[in-house]
Amino acid sequence: MNPPDAPKPGARPFDDPPFEEPWQAQVFGLTVALNEAGVFDWPSWAQALGAQIKTGAPYWQAWLSALEAVLAERDLALPADVADLARRWHEAALATPHGQPIRLENAGA
Amino acid sequence: MPHDHDHGDHDNHLDPMDARVRALETILVQKGLIDPAAVDAIIDTYANKVGPRNGAQVVARAWTDPEFAAWLARDATAAIADMGFTGRQGEHMQAVFNTPDQHNVIVCTLCSCYPWSVLGLPPVWYKSPAYRARVVIEPRAVLAEFGLTLPVSTRIRVWDSTAELRYLVVPMRPEGTEGMDLTALADLVTREAMVGTGLPRLPA
Repeated sequence: MNPPDAPKPGARPFDDPPFEEPWQAQVFGLTVALNEAGVFDWPSWAQALGAQIKTGAPYWQAWLSALEAVLAERDLALPADVADLARRWHEAALATPHGQPIRLENAGA
Repeated sequence: MPHDHDHGDHDNHLDPMDARVRALETILVQKGLIDPAAVDAIIDTYANKVGPRNGAQVVARAWTDPEFAAWLARDATAAIADMGFTGRQGEHMQAVFNTPDQHNVIVCTLCSCYPWSVLGLPPVWYKSPAYRARVVIEPRAVLAEFGLTLPVSTRIRVWDSTAELRYLVVPMRPEGTEGMDLTALADLVTREAMVGTGLPRLPA
């Protein structure tokens, strides 16, 4: 057993950043904010995250799938709406000149 | 070329994960469930402010103040909160003290529960399937991979964290640190020492 992210001895910086990509920080921040707003408690979050981690998905991808699942269960963000908006965000990115902030308004109708 | 890939001006391909997160955030903001500024503040806190230095201060105080150490052993949630470090999810804390007879290690076998208030967010290896699965089965071998070889006479106890209860390992104070002040002592206390996959640094 030797998964790519297995612990390796040595060479672990003391202050390695917790996020590798901005979206990972963002999905983390969304989750903690929703918990603090009372949308779900942390034990139910841990259950949802554990279930996604069990699939073997990379950690932050599992985290995102868990958040999508708990929001879908509570009818707060339906998968079809998320998929539609994600597609519009892709379109907005493509329509945005390089170097400028991506805004949803830039997506076609 | 198998793909007709455009490397021209329109280079802004979003990562699929990035687009999904943006989609969720758009919906949550529209519904008034989150405030983007609050999300940014949470990210800033955990990316830049809360980290293992908090826990190192707790350990250094426990090393030098027997009354605090006793409080930490009895009610870690309150003793740690007294230093200004409180959990956001209402979790309880338990401090587990290393002795010559027992070495403590923490893990979360379910996901990645970790004492954020004192250690910040967990490192990649703590979340890895290999660590989570193996440290409960063969802790001695896993610790050896971290460069930590313990005497055979030292028992290794593995504590499985949950959303409600999270652990902090209080390592033994290294010899040769008599007379060091709190700041110097805290500098010896690594994150690995407080997870149990390492020991404190030795004084220079």
